[in-house]
Amino acid sequence: MEPSLASYLALSGILFTIGATGVIFKRNAIGMFMCIELMLNAVNLTFVAFSRYYGDVTGQLFVFMVMSVAAAEAAVGLGIIIAFFRNSRSVDVDDASILKN
Amino acid sequence: MEPLIKTAFPFVVVSVGILLAFQGVLMIVAYTVLAERKVLGWIQGRIGPNRVGPWGVLQPFADLLKFIFKEDIVPDKSTRFVYYLAPMVALVCALMPIVVYPFGPAITTVDWSFLPFGLGDGIHVLPLTIARIDVGVLFVLGITSVGVYGIALAGWSSNSKYSLMGGLRSSAQMISYELAMGASVIGVVMLAGTLDLNGIIFAQINSPFRWFIIPQFIGFVVFLIAAFAETNRVPFDLPEAETELVAGFHTEYSALKFALFFMAEYVNMFTVSVMCTVLFLGGWYVPGLSHLFDPGSIPYALVSHIAFIGKICAFLFFYIWVRGTLPRFRFDQLMNFGWKFLLPVAIANVTLTIVVVYFLN
Amino acid sequence: MVGTALFFLFAGFAIMCAISMVYHKNPLYSAISLVGVFISLSCIYITLAAPFIAAVQILIYAGAIMVLVVFVIMLLNLDEDVPLNRLRYLYAVGGGLGLVLLAQTLFIFYAVSRTPNVAADQAQTAGKTLSLGQAMYTEYLLPVEIVGVLLMMAIIGAVILARRLGQPQLELVVEHEEELRHHEQ
Repeated sequence: MEPSLASYLALSGILFTIGATGVIFKRNAIGMFMCIELMLNAVNLTFVAFSRYYGDVTGQLFVFMVMSVAAAEAAVGLGIIIAFFRNSRSVDVDDASILKN
Repeated sequence: MEPLIKTAFPFVVVSVGILLAFQGVLMIVAYTVLAERKVLGWIQGRIGPNRVGPWGVLQPFADLLKFIFKEDIVPDKSTRFVYYLAPMVALVCALMPIVVYPFGPAITTVDWSFLPFGLGDGIHVLPLTIARIDVGVLFVLGITSVGVYGIALAGWSSNSKYSLMGGLRSSAQMISYELAMGASVIGVVMLAGTLDLNGIIFAQINSPFRWFIIPQFIGFVVFLIAAFAETNRVPFDLPEAETELVAGFHTEYSALKFALFFMAEYVNMFTVSVMCTVLFLGGWYVPGLSHLFDPGSIPYALVSHIAFIGKICAFLFFYIWVRGTLPRFRFDQLMNFGWKFLLPVAIANVTLTIVVVYFLN
Repeated sequence: MVGTALFFLFAGFAIMCAISMVYHKNPLYSAISLVGVFISLSCIYITLAAPFIAAVQILIYAGAIMVLVVFVIMLLNLDEDVPLNRLRYLYAVGGGLGLVLLAQTLFIFYAVSRTPNVAADQAQTAGKTLSLGQAMYTEYLLPVEIVGVLLMMAIIGAVILARRLGQPQLELVVEHEEELRHHEQ
């Protein structure tokens, strides 16, 4: 009747893979940020699936923490992107090479 | 055949419920538009529309026909997909919370055995809520948060500077006041002990103050002000004021797409009126009604439902009354008020509630 | 049967939106696709008996974080990614890494499906707000407080990062003007 734990883990793995390939291929800083959020959500799905199948609420609590940290990261990360954009007029991460020798 | 009917039956029941609820809400919304024009007219010393039917009661249908027959203009350089998506998002997110509204108390004297295939055996209840979600309050707040997208995307995809400014200002205003709204709800949730809307009504029935407006008066005022800002109504309607930004984010929308935005605004008004009623005025609960009728019987449910609709209409009238009375805020005054005054007051209310609840238990 | 059908519906929608997010070069279309992923994941959480987490996912991810991202995209007026003349072999390397990750995923599926696992009790209360709240404030109080401090740090950091240096505040400008006028009189 219900899908087994393995199906949820497979879905989570596929989403994580898609997110990881997105981080590798995208050059837009905001695009990379969004792919990182997708990876975090895939991990959240794993936690919630395990919490359901073992009856423990700790998994969902950890998901709550991950969401809060993702929100904090979004605020600071987008602030950095805006500050970077003001200086160099581009969000291409290849242009963020000032420290290169 | 029979197991198929047994699996499909809950879906059929829910669909019928949704159909009835949406019909009712859309009718109320259509007549709110008429009521607004007439009440604004009376406040301003004139009669509102009275040509179409007796006292103008057929005016919403005339408006609908007008919207359908208008020419559908699409701006030249706009991104088509997002341009068509935005009013859909706005309306869907405005209509979705209807499934959790507690329209009345459950009727427990119904006999369902007339249903074939033994579907109704042993069930005596007709609940008047479509979906009892455990986290009803969070569901409504979350869906209203997603409704911001409709406005932001509409502003951006119209490719015009008035729309973009209006869209960004409106979205910024909405996300700022969502915080105060959520914080003012926390006090009620603490007193009720549950996030379920029906559970909150039952907590109000069982509490010594019959309605939560009495212990949570500050929360009520904060919620009401935040609700005005959430729905972009006067005095917070700078993003869509005609004298300021042409028409804000829906400048470039014509005909039926504008009708969708228009409806979405009024359904949002309805949503926050329902939330205000359920959280602070006891929803369908009329104190003392259980002495007249038997709780769970059909007359009790009917009178409770009419009382619920009456309270909602009182709030809608209050919205229209404020529109006819107050001038509008400037945008920086609006943002200052939301962040520097309303949010601290809401948090102070939460702290006060925590202290009082702790010392009373 | 209904559970499996719902799972495949939401999972399919999530994967389609995720692929659409990676495929689009226009950042706004990627953002809209990502909101679609979040909504379908929220529906999956509801089928996994986690209604609180589902509601919080919509509230925080779809309703706040993505609104922030959409704002930044609109304010910075980002254009589409320009296709770059990248070294060809890097595409192959990226694709190869993706395939390796996918193979690891399928291995997990194979390994977990071989171990016997039983779904926990249907009527369990692990996902209900009450049990989550109780765990949060008794056993896991320290992480909750740390997260609170972290969020405050993030707010202060974001305000400092987005501040424009060298732009005087409105009140200072007005005071300056008034001083000038007093001197002139």
